[in-house]
Amino acid sequence: MPAARQSPLNSFAAHAALIAYTLIALFPVFVIVINSFKSRQAIFREPLALPDAESFSLIGYQTVMKQGDFALYFQNSLIVTLASLFFILLFGAMAAFALSEYRFRGNLLMGLYLALGIMIPIRIGTVAILQMMVATGLVNTLWALILVYTAQGLPLAVFILSEFMRQVSDDLKNAGRIDGLSEYRIFFRLVVPLVRPALATVAVFNMIPIWNDLWFPLILAPAEEVKTLTLGSQVFIGQFVTDWNAVLSALSLAILPVLVLYVIFSRQLIRGLTSGAVK
Amino acid sequence: MSESRPRIRWHIVVFLAPAVLVYTAVMILPLFDTLRLALYDEVEGERVFVGLANFRILFGDPLWSDAFWNALANNFWFFLIHMAVQNPIGIALAAILSHPRLRFAALYRSAIFIPTILSFVIVGFAWKLILSPIWGIAPGMLDAIGLRSLFAPWLGREETALTTLALISVWQFVGIPMMLIYAALLSIPEEILEAGECDGVTGLSAFWKIKLPLILPAIGIISILTFVGNFNAFDLIYAAQGALAGPDFSTDILGTLLYRTFFGFQLQLGDPHMGSAVASAMFAVILIGVCIYLFGIQTRIRRYQL
Repeated sequence: MPAARQSPLNSFAAHAALIAYTLIALFPVFVIVINSFKSRQAIFREPLALPDAESFSLIGYQTVMKQGDFALYFQNSLIVTLASLFFILLFGAMAAFALSEYRFRGNLLMGLYLALGIMIPIRIGTVAILQMMVATGLVNTLWALILVYTAQGLPLAVFILSEFMRQVSDDLKNAGRIDGLSEYRIFFRLVVPLVRPALATVAVFNMIPIWNDLWFPLILAPAEEVKTLTLGSQVFIGQFVTDWNAVLSALSLAILPVLVLYVIFSRQLIRGLTSGAVK
Repeated sequence: MSESRPRIRWHIVVFLAPAVLVYTAVMILPLFDTLRLALYDEVEGERVFVGLANFRILFGDPLWSDAFWNALANNFWFFLIHMAVQNPIGIALAAILSHPRLRFAALYRSAIFIPTILSFVIVGFAWKLILSPIWGIAPGMLDAIGLRSLFAPWLGREETALTTLALISVWQFVGIPMMLIYAALLSIPEEILEAGECDGVTGLSAFWKIKLPLILPAIGIISILTFVGNFNAFDLIYAAQGALAGPDFSTDILGTLLYRTFFGFQLQLGDPHMGSAVASAMFAVILIGVCIYLFGIQTRIRRYQL
């Protein structure tokens, strides 16, 4: 199979295997989305049929819009994801620059310390994180989530970005120093623009897990006004479990934003995954 | 300041400070604080040091240890299914995709990766509906190929629920090994494969004899990523089966056990100290896994300079 170098028969088998697996991968999504546009009877009578003039219905979406505050959930998810990405990239790039650019005592040790978090999941510390957020009054605020996701994303970000920053030419930075640029300007004006592709890779890696996380919203920010889309749809579906139209519509609405993000960023994501950024 | 002592270069401090502060305050300190809390208990409203008593209860007191060992065993089964199903499928897909003259490769790659980007909530509920005997999609499809009798409410039965959930998780995450192995396969220089062809090593045997040894390091990385991910899993089980990990705790894993212990559910009150003990046990399992990988596997895998 792998080296179907010439034979058309092998290439046919390769396509058959790939098409079969693609169908398996997409089938559940397809079934959920088409049925969300059908009336209740049609969902059960012909689950695999496309909605037609007779079976078409938006009743599920109407229930979702009336009952759940999905616009607010969406806004919360957006704020949390964008703010976390901003801090991961800014703080991560700054630390990566310090580690890759300057020689100082403890450099290697600091690098190792920051790398610890790549393998150890932050969830282990949940008990103490919750206590800390309660003590500082951050519980049920979006800041609690932003702080946790920033801490979670930093180790890998520092690791990937410092690899890339080592490749930025020293001549360029030294030329900047001779022209009297401060170290801060060298970082922001010269280095950051040069590592933009790496920044994009780090952003895409972090975006999806943050957007999809259920654990921390459930524990740190379960209140109605700070629910994220993932938690909001989970709670909504739990309450409307018998209303199939509403459940299917809520699922479709939750799929949509991620799918749009994926279509926009898939090239970046796949390039990042396949460029060996995670090694 | 005298000349002999180096000046503090403040810009280094400024560059490092935000990342180190956030990382230390929100990740490292809570981690150690959680390990510390596992050694305490609350007696009459006051926190008292109890040493390893919580762990003795967790590992030895039938009230707790049954749940703990059950969750740990389930978690290992969950991990084994991933290793046995997800990674071979991922490698096979990557091997097919990496064929140089395959058309539509980018399209297949993007489509197969779609489940990976969906949230556990979507995946859990979507499969729950599809496998539901009420809706009848799964029995209907089996009926179409004459295998109706094979259908059972897989998620509702104790014997099959955990395996079914593990396979759903495999379905979701196959994209990750596929992408990483695909990258590793693409980095194999063409000359090596051509040299193999000259010696008559083509097709499947080229895969087993040339490519597979070269991608072993990537397979090692995938295995440890899978291990850490599985022993830290929670969301899918919670979304599909709820915090009680039913039926009758047959799908309970360490993540759901931690959640119930820490937060409580229904009649049981949450207990931060026992919760910390469960979290510490998770930490130990993950640490042991990572150490086995770093010292036992990674150093033994032969790396070829390409």
